[in-house]
Amino acid sequence: MPKRSPTLKDHWREQRLFFSRIIASATVVLLLTAVLVGRLVQLQIFDYQRFSELSQDNRLRIEPLPPTRGLIFDRNGLVIAENLPTWQLVAVPEQIADLEGLLQGLTALGLVDAAEHQTLADLIRSHRGFERVKLRNLTEAEAARFAVRRHRFPGIDIQEGLIRYYPFGPASAHAVGYVGSISSADLERIDRRNYAATSHIGKTGIERAYEDVLHGQVGYRQQVVNARGRVLLDPAEEGGEVASAGLETRWPVPGRNVVLSLDMRLQLATYEALAGSRGAAVAIDPRNGDVLALVSAPAFDPNRLAAGLSRSDFAALQADNDNPLFNRALAGRYPPGSTIKPFLGLAALHHEKKTPHDHTYCPGFFRLPGNTHRYRDWRPQGHGNIDLYGAIVQSCDVYFYQLAVDLGIERMAAALTSFGFGPATGIDINGEIGGVIPSPEWKRAQPQFKRPEDKVWFPGETVIAGIGQGYMLVTPLQLAHATATFAARGARFRPRLMIGTEDTFEGRLAYIEPEALPPVEMDEADWQVVHDAMVGVTRDQRGSARAPLAGTEYVVAGKTGTAQVFTVAQEEKYNEEEIEERLRDHGLFIAYAPAESPRIAVAVVVENGGGGSRAAAPVARKILDVYFATQAGIVEDYVALQY
Amino acid sequence: MSLSSIEWGAKPRKALGAPVVGKLVVDLPLLLTLVAVTGFGLVVLYSAAGEDAGRVARQGVRAALGFAAFFVMAQIQPRYLRIWSPWLYCAVLGLLLAVAVEGEISQGAQRWLDLGIVRFQPSELMKLAAPMMVAWFLHDRTLPPSLPQLLVVSLIIAVPAVLIARQPDLGTALLVVAAGGLAVLLAGISVRLILVSGGLSLALAPVLWISMLDYQRARVLTFLNPESDPLGAGYNIIQSKIAIGSGHLFGKGWLNGSQAHLEFLPERSTDFIFAVLAEEFGLFGVVLLLILYLVLVGRGLYIAIQAQDTFTRLLAGSLSLTFFVYVFVNAGMVSGILPVVGVPLPLVSAGGTSMVTLMGCFGILAAIHGHRKLLPA
Repeated sequence: MPKRSPTLKDHWREQRLFFSRIIASATVVLLLTAVLVGRLVQLQIFDYQRFSELSQDNRLRIEPLPPTRGLIFDRNGLVIAENLPTWQLVAVPEQIADLEGLLQGLTALGLVDAAEHQTLADLIRSHRGFERVKLRNLTEAEAARFAVRRHRFPGIDIQEGLIRYYPFGPASAHAVGYVGSISSADLERIDRRNYAATSHIGKTGIERAYEDVLHGQVGYRQQVVNARGRVLLDPAEEGGEVASAGLETRWPVPGRNVVLSLDMRLQLATYEALAGSRGAAVAIDPRNGDVLALVSAPAFDPNRLAAGLSRSDFAALQADNDNPLFNRALAGRYPPGSTIKPFLGLAALHHEKKTPHDHTYCPGFFRLPGNTHRYRDWRPQGHGNIDLYGAIVQSCDVYFYQLAVDLGIERMAAALTSFGFGPATGIDINGEIGGVIPSPEWKRAQPQFKRPEDKVWFPGETVIAGIGQGYMLVTPLQLAHATATFAARGARFRPRLMIGTEDTFEGRLAYIEPEALPPVEMDEADWQVVHDAMVGVTRDQRGSARAPLAGTEYVVAGKTGTAQVFTVAQEEKYNEEEIEERLRDHGLFIAYAPAESPRIAVAVVVENGGGGSRAAAPVARKILDVYFATQAGIVEDYVALQY
Repeated sequence: MSLSSIEWGAKPRKALGAPVVGKLVVDLPLLLTLVAVTGFGLVVLYSAAGEDAGRVARQGVRAALGFAAFFVMAQIQPRYLRIWSPWLYCAVLGLLLAVAVEGEISQGAQRWLDLGIVRFQPSELMKLAAPMMVAWFLHDRTLPPSLPQLLVVSLIIAVPAVLIARQPDLGTALLVVAAGGLAVLLAGISVRLILVSGGLSLALAPVLWISMLDYQRARVLTFLNPESDPLGAGYNIIQSKIAIGSGHLFGKGWLNGSQAHLEFLPERSTDFIFAVLAEEFGLFGVVLLLILYLVLVGRGLYIAIQAQDTFTRLLAGSLSLTFFVYVFVNAGMVSGILPVVGVPLPLVSAGGTSMVTLMGCFGILAAIHGHRKLLPA
């Protein structure tokens, strides 16, 4: 309780004071009310004529003007995404009396899918009455069919518009992405005002990641229209009369063009090399992290999505068993298999757990001390006495089982993480997910292992991690990034698809510097040992990728990998013919070239392709051939030949 | 009222010699006017919400909850309100801090406290807790208050106001300052001091401007020149002026407002519902609503004059005048004489927390009047 005041309260005086304050307040209340009423009288009586005209007979309407979306170019200035003129079906909400009836009529004409009535109705209702809501793009024939029956659809109209067009179609789909109709989820993340005139928005890839660069700024013009919505006065058509009419126009600012690191020639070659299979390939320039090609197969046609797929077509695309919408390059997680061996070999040299001359005897299997379980080598008869060079060239598993045990899982995890495995690389487009680099700590944190005894890290799990099996998972992008890092002897750059933006009017390129990441620091001699072994993979008599890379004019350093999709029981024989296609091993291959001063690093994953040498290395060969052919100027007009 | 404060209040019952709840109190003038205002509000809302009966029904439920709050509060002896004041104030201040901390963690605007079943805004409760605290602090001191006492009172008001302004909810913060400030004003601070503090706040305006967020500045700029942003913030004001202006004397008739029904007018059922009323019922309808509001304010001021001690006097006066501030700020904003701050039209705009809090406040007014000792002690 507050302290009692020392002076006696004078109740009579206080009450009088309070009363006078109440009277003063009441006076102010009445005065303010009078101000309010005065204002209302001014608006509703004196200015009534003007506001009534604005409201009923004539309406001052603000017509938002859409900005032109920026174009997307490849590194050589080839257009990957552009805007083409088209016909659009639009609705003007305030002119529609019977929305349901209109939609049914449009369905009868074959212009609107019956399943989409609800979506379209929601879309129309979410707009201001005067906003023109784009329903879908029309073909010439559809536009003609509607035009002759236009009088039956008050509130529905056709207008000319621009549609996003991707000349390379599916080949660029997973890197560039596509635009689609703005959904209510999209509305949450954009400034609605800036999209008042825009119907499409980037959904995936570059289109999504650089939406704010590509979109531009909305403009508007004031128009005087009558009650039926007919434009009576349009400043755009009045020219010099604009000022005198008191109508304002602010022109939209077009979006900026985006220039990508992709080389479309290489991108096309990669797409074709992967045609007919499921998988992904990523090519990166090790000198700066530029992604030269990024393909996930199978792909989809972004033009169909930009034009607007009907609900059933989209459902069919989503239900496709081969999952063409899934971006395997960024979000496909695969066991790296033997492609992890060069990185582990390097780590073992660095930690002095192995020297280049240490030999391990390979009898065709490996056993942990005091344990009968046999960890097999892919070659049942074994490789005999083998050193690091031989173990990488022939991809000996037993050598790396022993290496993993010597190195220990903690050091393995640390080394692989420093190469960019594990967490997502942070490429500049959406949809990337990280892989898994297992460790005892990681296993403890996994919610799927519930009982304490399941959370324990077993020695056998270290053994199989030595050949990139078990819990270990990588994405094709991570594999390419790590290979590029290896090629650059530890210099790391964040993978990126955009190298700059371009002003639409002046065409000046604003180049963005590559972002260097913390480098991997190892002894030069250690790099050289593993590098020589990787050259041996393609050049040595016993190299696991000698055949698919035979006869190249450039020298390739590479490593094959095979990732088991299912586990073979202890005494069972592995018979590929009997295994269904979907259970066959994934083939992997990583490579960089030219070996002496690498300019390109490639990672290829072919799902259920069998082995890395058979399925993935030939894809890498095609990519590298085109790369060096275009670099040498032999096939300068590769694209012209194709299209 | 939280459960804990009721249990706390049960203890001194014996000492004070009277139960928390006494005879049944229903202030008929207040009740009838409240029924008229909310009823009128529901009629306007039906039109503003695009003839959506479901939304009107939901608002009806909120109004029913509000009347329940009115009846409950009307039964509580004001002296208990006085005893609970510091506890209520501290509790609400704690909630505000909790919301601020949570907002700090989630790095975004945070106004709501999620209690599982109900979500409510602690800042709404502060509109009641702040004047109660000021009235409690001043209730047994000699009035007019001395300068040191005024400093304490300023702190009582400023601390929650700053917390709310940082949420950021400038509108509610200003209303909390208004509620507390009006209590001080009624306590009788000298006219000279009022003028000095008025001058000071004018001098502080640039500081306020600097500390405002971009969207808050945009609102002020739009108020000064609505046409500067016709696609965004200015659009609301332009359209609401057209709606009001085209209403004329008797309006276009219920459900016939073209501005509202052709969806030109934004936030029709919440902050801008006054414009719908003005368009469809004209000057006549607007003045009718203003008269109803004035009856409520007048009844409140009458109750304040009749009140028997400093606490109830200050509280009743401040609550009544604050109610008028809500009305004036909203109507002023919609008709374009005040900047756009997010203040709903009391008892009419769709929305739950404000409806229940306001009804509770009127319940307190009824209690102050109903529990007077009719014979001089």
